Amino acid sequence: MPVNPEAQGRSYGPHEPYEVSRAKIREFADAVDARSFAHRDVAAARAEGYDDLVAPTTFAVVIAQREEFHVVQDPEVGVDFSKVVHADERFTHHRPIVAGDVIATTIHIDKVVSRGSVSTVTTRAELADTDGAPVATVLSTLAVREDA
Amino acid sequence: MSEQDAPSFDGLEKGQVVATREVSFTRDTLVRYAGASGDFNPIHYNDVVATSVGLPGVIAHGMLTMGTAASVVEEWAGPGNVVDFQCRFARPIPVPNPGEAVVALTAAVGLLDEETRTARIDVTVEFEGQKVLAKAQALVSCA
Repeated sequence: MPVNPEAQGRSYGPHEPYEVSRAKIREFADAVDARSFAHRDVAAARAEGYDDLVAPTTFAVVIAQREEFHVVQDPEVGVDFSKVVHADERFTHHRPIVAGDVIATTIHIDKVVSRGSVSTVTTRAELADTDGAPVATVLSTLAVREDA
Repeated sequence: MSEQDAPSFDGLEKGQVVATREVSFTRDTLVRYAGASGDFNPIHYNDVVATSVGLPGVIAHGMLTMGTAASVVEEWAGPGNVVDFQCRFARPIPVPNPGEAVVALTAAVGLLDEETRTARIDVTVEFEGQKVLAKAQALVSCA
C-alpha cells in the first residue's frame, strides 16, 4: 500500500518533553566518537562558554526520532517500517543543546511523494525549550518501497 | 555559538583539509549506537532480519555514519559550532561478524562566506573506495 499523500501537512505533538541528561550526552558522544571534553566534563564545557555539557551535532536525532515514531505508527499515514530506508537528514541548530535542557518537539509531515514503487516522506521536527524558543530543526526523509 | 572555542575564519582556504579520521565499525559499534540513540531497528543487529528485507546482512545506522562525520568536523570546529549539517545516505555500510568495516572520513573547506564568517565544510565518507554519504555539508560559524 502506498503512503497516503493526504498525510502531507499533518502535525503531531508536542508530547511529553525530553529532558537532556549529562549521562545521555556522554553515552551518545562515545557512540559517535565525538572526542571533545565539553561532552564529558562540566568544567571543560563551562570553560568553553556552555552552561553545561554540550551535545554532539547529531544528538538532536535522539529527540526527533522518538517523535518521528508517531508518524511511522500512524495507520492513516501508511508507512511499512520493514520497507523503510533512511534517505536524508538535516540538522539546523538555533542554539547548542546542553544538559539540563527540557525540549518539547512538534513534528510536521512536510512532503509525501510517490514515484514508481517508492514513496518518500519528509518530516520536520521543531525542537523548542520550555519558553518556546527554537532550539533545533531536524529534517528527515524516509524512502518506503512499495513492492509486494 | 561559543566564541571561546570557534575556529578562526581568517586564513581558511577553499579546499583546505581541516580534519581526517579512519574508523572501524564493528557489531559492537552498532549496538552501542543503537543503545545511545534509541534506534533499535533490527537490520542494525540481526542478520536474519537484515537478509529477509534484501540487505547483504547487518548494516550500520546511517545516523551512526552521519554522527561520526559530524564528530570529525567538530574536532576542528569545536563542539557546538556546527550550526547546520546535512547529508543524503547514498550507500549502506555492511558490517560483518566477525570483522570490521573500515571507513575513511575527510573534512575540507567547501565554501567560505566572508559576510557571515561561516565556513561550509564538506565531508567525504568512503567505504571500500565508494562514497557512502552524498552532499555531507556542515556549516561552521567561525570567530
